[in-house]
Amino acid sequence: MTAYSKLLSGAAIGLAVAVTGGAAFAETPPNMLVIANRIDDITSLDPAQSFEFAGSDVLRNVYGNLVNFDPLKLDQGFQPDLATSWEVSEDGKSITFTMREGMTFASGNPVTAEDAAMSLRRAVILNKTPAFILTQFGFTPENVEETITFDDTTVTITTDKNYATSFVMNCLTATIASIVDYKTVMEHEVDGDMGNAWLSTNSAGSYAYTVDSWKPNESVTLSSNPDFYLGAPAMERVIVRHVAESASQRLLLERGDIDIARNLNPEDIAGISDVDGVKINEELKGRLMYLGLNQTHPQLSKPEVRQAVKYLIDYEGMQNSFLKGQYTIHQNFLPATYLGASDENPFSLNIEKAKELLAEAGVDGLEIELGVREAQERIEIAQSFQNTAAQAGITVNITVGTGAQILERYRARELDMSLEAWGPDYPDPQTNAGTFAYNPDNSLDAQATGLLAWRLAWDTDGLTPMVEAAVVENDQEKRVQMYIDIQEKFRETAPFAIMFQQIEQSALREEVTDFSSGQAITAASYWQVTK
Amino acid sequence: MALSDTTGARRIGAPFAAFAVGSLRTLTSIAVTMLGLLLVTFVIGRVMPIDPVLAIVGERASQSTYDAVYAQLGLDKPLIVQFLYYLGDVVRGDFGTSTLNARPVSEDILRVFPATLELATLGVIFGIVLGVPLGVVAAVKRGTWIDQLARVLALVGYSMPIFWLGLIGLLIFYGILGWVGGPGRLDIFYVDIVPQVTGMILVDAALARDWTVFANAFSHIILPASLLGYYSLAYISRMTRSFMLEQLSAEYVTTARVKGMSEWNVVWRHAFRNIRVQLITVVALSYAGLLEGSVLTEIIFSWPGIGSYITTALLSADMNAVLGGTVVVGLVFILLNIFSDLLYRVFDPRAR
Repeated sequence: MTAYSKLLSGAAIGLAVAVTGGAAFAETPPNMLVIANRIDDITSLDPAQSFEFAGSDVLRNVYGNLVNFDPLKLDQGFQPDLATSWEVSEDGKSITFTMREGMTFASGNPVTAEDAAMSLRRAVILNKTPAFILTQFGFTPENVEETITFDDTTVTITTDKNYATSFVMNCLTATIASIVDYKTVMEHEVDGDMGNAWLSTNSAGSYAYTVDSWKPNESVTLSSNPDFYLGAPAMERVIVRHVAESASQRLLLERGDIDIARNLNPEDIAGISDVDGVKINEELKGRLMYLGLNQTHPQLSKPEVRQAVKYLIDYEGMQNSFLKGQYTIHQNFLPATYLGASDENPFSLNIEKAKELLAEAGVDGLEIELGVREAQERIEIAQSFQNTAAQAGITVNITVGTGAQILERYRARELDMSLEAWGPDYPDPQTNAGTFAYNPDNSLDAQATGLLAWRLAWDTDGLTPMVEAAVVENDQEKRVQMYIDIQEKFRETAPFAIMFQQIEQSALREEVTDFSSGQAITAASYWQVTK
Repeated sequence: MALSDTTGARRIGAPFAAFAVGSLRTLTSIAVTMLGLLLVTFVIGRVMPIDPVLAIVGERASQSTYDAVYAQLGLDKPLIVQFLYYLGDVVRGDFGTSTLNARPVSEDILRVFPATLELATLGVIFGIVLGVPLGVVAAVKRGTWIDQLARVLALVGYSMPIFWLGLIGLLIFYGILGWVGGPGRLDIFYVDIVPQVTGMILVDAALARDWTVFANAFSHIILPASLLGYYSLAYISRMTRSFMLEQLSAEYVTTARVKGMSEWNVVWRHAFRNIRVQLITVVALSYAGLLEGSVLTEIIFSWPGIGSYITTALLSADMNAVLGGTVVVGLVFILLNIFSDLLYRVFDPRAR
């Protein structure tokens, strides 16, 4: 929907609500949670394959991991989950987990150490997109029988290096490390797919909920597990409805037909915040918005030009206008709330400073192409930058395309500049350090398209070895300091102008308590919710 | 006697042969049109600047994962080979698997198309029931306030953005008055209660004789169907008026009036009879347009139809889904065309 149409719809709803004083509303049943969300990004319900936000929200509630986060105490880091304890070997490469006893899967099968080990092996062997979260520890389809082992009550994983234990454990909280009912899954194996096709549309977990149905672009329905080890969830049924339009979500919430609206735009958030019986919940998410400068461009690769671009962004203006409530200024590659996150934001709009830097670099009359995906907020950010850059004599030609079109050109190093967003893959600083500030082979032949630094053809100016050192540092304090140091250098030299961190604003019926969308580090959880 | 038998056989055989030839011609026409449609959509799908592999593997994937999926999709083969494989699959009713949700596209289409069919059918019924009489009356009462009203209604229908009208309708009839159901096909309490037979909830609820579900489904469909029907009405009423004006100025109408025939008979038994064939084309076009799916209506009303399915698939580079959806829409157009031809023969003796 365009800005014009959003304005029209917002005005219409605002006017009518003002005139009528709002409508009388119904209520959803006290043991049922109904959520409106955009769920058209769910591609599979197999945790070995799922790598999208809405899919992670579902699977977080269906599968347990060896370790995981408490949704109400996210700042405490990883906690025991299906494993009750763990021991690290002397060489730091092996971790042995002791499994929780007495748990069963939805099928009635007991949750065993074998299930845990085979679930991890399966994820490595299937080698779907998120598999790198596990394979980065040296697990391969060929060696999983030696590196992921089990006995009656324990599971042992052996990594190829002495990685920071926190790094390994944080990765084990990711969706891909979910523990599935291996026997049930393998009963549905077709042509050696390890049950992938079946598990893509079914569930085989032991956690708070089971999937009753998933209708793509329509709804996901979950039923509670009364034997859940943390206690039977108060919400016996959770229905996530696909409602793409913000105004429709708002009306449904005002009428009481849903309990939570997760995709309201700033206009609807502003409009609904005064409505009786509705409250707004804000959580920082991990998504970062940044400008990337292609270092194969002769002018953009000059250090002064990289700096100048960072002074040509109207951070405050955007944050306080069209991004209000949706994004906050953040100029570091680790999102706030992450281990090692920095709250230093030294850049602000300074046209004169930018002009000086451009003059120092001998750059005059620069004309560049900026690739932008066709999302309203991104186009507005691009237009704001186009305006401020023009004041310093830089002509920015904006190319708008679908996500796939822009991504393809970005990965091929074809765009001069890209306006992009990035969300962390797992709740450890390595997830972003390993892509923004790590690029061991910058050659075109390397085709390391998964690394953002490679996409910008940036050799990281010496940050790569610092990232490698941080990921094997077992002293937590030292590790935190290492990431702070990396980010300090990154801010000054990198061809990334990181601008904003996302805030998720959900609107909830007042009676809904303890809902967590998972903040920046995990997905949404429902079992602790009450009404 | 023998001669008489032969003549009898000829009498029976001639219409049969004509029917067979006609059917064969129709089937050939369908096959050629479908082949052309498949070829065009396939080529467009392949030359579009969208990478279907990236849509599957995501932007985090390594080059090796990318290459594996590239080969798995058969994209390393020549375009003509890819097309022949695709053609073979389609002939077997296999549109491939959606890269968006890992399900067979045919299964998806069976899920989303009935939702659109139900909505479009109700919409076009609304458009016919109100649009045709309105057009006739506007023609008969040309220049009067009724004609002006019909013109304004049609103008508003043509020019008002559908998302705006949809949101206002939702706001008033759902948000404020509470007369109709909100976005979605059913209230959550009624979902999956009646067994799915046709995929059209109204029909399935009627078959199951579950009138509570039927009423709830009706309360959800009435607003989007009325909205689509209004756009349909705008088109049908204007065209009806235009066709009727042409007929009413014809000499045979004047003659009928001079002979003292009642105005009702002049309008409905003579003039209207002669515009039925043209109206069939108008209604068929209108219906086909609605069956393509009205993307904005489907988005605003969270209606899981084929319009939003194809659009989402296109934006996500899910080419199997785009091709499958396009083929089904094309097939619908062809079938409606054939149906229109059949109706011509019923209403127009010259076409028999």
